[in-house]
Amino acid sequence: MAFEYAPAPESRSIVDIRPAYGLFVNGEFVAPADGESMKTVDPATEEVLAEVGVAGAADVDRAVAAARKAYQRVWGPMPGAERAKYLYRIARIIQERARELAVLESIDNGKPIRESRDVDIPLVAAHFFYYAGWADKLGHAGFGANPQPLGVAGQVIPWNFPLLMLAWKIAPALAAGNTVVLKPAETTPLTALLFAEICQLADLPAGVVNILTGAGDTGRALVEHGDVDKVAFTGSTEVGRQIARSVAGTRKRVTLELGGKAANIVFADAALDQAVEGIVNGIFFNQGHVCCAGSRLLVEESVSEELLARLKRRMTTLRVGDPLDKNTDVGAINSAEQLAKIRTLTEIGEQEGGQRWSAPCPLPDRGFWFSPTVFTEVTQAHRIAREEIFGPVLSVLTFRTPDEAVVKANNTPYGLSAGIWTEKGSRILWLADKLRAGVVWANTFNKFDPTSPFGGYQESGYGREGGRHGLEAYLAH
Amino acid sequence: MPTEQKAAPARLAVRKTYKLFVGGKFPRSESGRSYPVQGADGEFVANAALASRKDVRDAVVAARKAFGGWSGATAYNRGQILYRIAEMLEGRRDQFADEVRTARGGTRSAARADVDAAIDRWVWYAGWADKIAQVRGNANPVAGPYFNLSAPEPTGVVGVVAPTEPLLGLVSVLAPVIVTGNTVVLLASETQPLPAITLAEVLATSDLPGGVVNLLTGRVAETAPWLAGHADVNALDLTGVDDADLAVELERTAADTLKRVLRPPLTGADWKAEPDTDRLTTFLETKTVWHPKGA
Repeated sequence: MAFEYAPAPESRSIVDIRPAYGLFVNGEFVAPADGESMKTVDPATEEVLAEVGVAGAADVDRAVAAARKAYQRVWGPMPGAERAKYLYRIARIIQERARELAVLESIDNGKPIRESRDVDIPLVAAHFFYYAGWADKLGHAGFGANPQPLGVAGQVIPWNFPLLMLAWKIAPALAAGNTVVLKPAETTPLTALLFAEICQLADLPAGVVNILTGAGDTGRALVEHGDVDKVAFTGSTEVGRQIARSVAGTRKRVTLELGGKAANIVFADAALDQAVEGIVNGIFFNQGHVCCAGSRLLVEESVSEELLARLKRRMTTLRVGDPLDKNTDVGAINSAEQLAKIRTLTEIGEQEGGQRWSAPCPLPDRGFWFSPTVFTEVTQAHRIAREEIFGPVLSVLTFRTPDEAVVKANNTPYGLSAGIWTEKGSRILWLADKLRAGVVWANTFNKFDPTSPFGGYQESGYGREGGRHGLEAYLAH
Repeated sequence: MPTEQKAAPARLAVRKTYKLFVGGKFPRSESGRSYPVQGADGEFVANAALASRKDVRDAVVAARKAFGGWSGATAYNRGQILYRIAEMLEGRRDQFADEVRTARGGTRSAARADVDAAIDRWVWYAGWADKIAQVRGNANPVAGPYFNLSAPEPTGVVGVVAPTEPLLGLVSVLAPVIVTGNTVVLLASETQPLPAITLAEVLATSDLPGGVVNLLTGRVAETAPWLAGHADVNALDLTGVDDADLAVELERTAADTLKRVLRPPLTGADWKAEPDTDRLTTFLETKTVWHPKGA
């Protein structure tokens, strides 16, 4: 018999979304200099959630000046142990307000509450907690006996893990003694603005953290600002190239965390049901809006039929819908623009000869949705095997020998992550050495931890976030 | 009719032809070009090969081909080979001192001191081969039942523009890149290229696999842009680019393929100072591997 799921919505009442938000500059919310604003919408309903300021060049000037002043007068000279205590405070407030942050994240981003509640927000708190402890131990981190902060960091983050990406940027920067100006993504500003309030609650000195909402122009003005010492960006490879170009000839330090097209490699001897769970987690976690998503399944030919049958069976059980429903597995696509991009690339996938299969699940009438989809008959030349789709779309290729798997896995200009599924330990270690990717998950996928460095090879960017390695991006030595 | 004729020497010297070093071989430039190299005194010393775009591309192909084997060699093996190179350098101290002095001028003892420092520098870097992973890698105590280890790996094919500091500067930019397993296309100093080619003779006889180091002589302004734009080059060391505008242009070109770029130093580099590990770590990637723990 089939069980029906009753709706199990998480309450929205815990969040209090204001009708309009200013920019967070020098410890307070202020209106943008030229009064420009934009709307942020709930991608599951297309309803407008709030009006948010759009920072212009004058606002960027003001925020960078506030950050500079705070760096010189307060945060830079402050003993590490004191900085640590501020970061611990922030971590604790995030834990205390975890449910509110999770609900707000799911409303603004469209991700299932199960993920924002169990993955995003706990990792955010853990990240601040982890880096707090480094603030007074920097001389032991392996970057010289007396490493110094860089100054003002300009940070631009994406919409797929809004608050988690904020934590990845702000926690190490502050621990190392830098001050920051951060621009959240255009479509997901709300948790960053709530974080600004948390900074106030923690009595963080004014100007140490500045949050400027806006779109691409705001980000460009920030990155290209002459008084920014450090640029940290997570987002598309195309924008990453522009940033790398724009800092040429300056002394700015840069870290870039860009796109990916990860191979998830399944050998015939793998525990197939576990592998199926890993494939599902690898590509359908967060609607596939994950730069390290396992978007290319490489399966050993002898088990491809069996594996695909099990995968499709599993995909039919995925529940797509209301992000706030606790039983939802796949939420809303973050924006109409992203949905259009996914549709375009999947249409190209069909035109180029890929065989498309989508899970037969009902989709809500309003909002932005895309059924979990798998493509077979894919070749390495197909665009869906080469380009980052950034959606719940899996491309399947096969291989016959371990060497062939390596060649196919590495046949990409990216190099962010990879997955290996086999019961043979020596093969895991051999393959892990051969894969040109910054993170290799063996018999697991999409695991993250504040102690674990994350970042890419090749055109997936440079620099690492997380762990001891993540400090280096914010220290002069 | 000449009024005076030079007397033939007792023995006619055999001159050396300076060529490129690509894939373990010494080809001429495919362009068939060369350029005259003067010594510090302004006198002609020899012709050097004037490398072309095609030579750059051939060198990148050779470097890529060598990458799998060199990066896959054991750290111990790489350390042994680098140490062997130091041994070969030591055997040619006099020759290098002569060439450095010819190129740069100064006293014979200053040239000797430079060569000795270069050999010692090479030995210093050789010793890093099997230590850098321990210094730069670590276990990560993740909050879950997972084995999690981060370790450095070579970035890949690295393009290097060497400084005009014939042996010590050259060695100081080359050794740190290859000791960790990268392969190199190096553009030698435009004005003082000859010691670099002599160094290639040492590399060719030290068990270093062909293609690990590829060495081109010629005009940096002509060859470096091809290196910066080549999609199969992963990183660029601009230490030897003296023209600030060219350095910016190269960094911009390198951005199209997101190469790791080491910018030229703000002030002149002090090659005699003891180095830190920056030249090693700039051309390393960190790989993190996860695996579940369980019975």
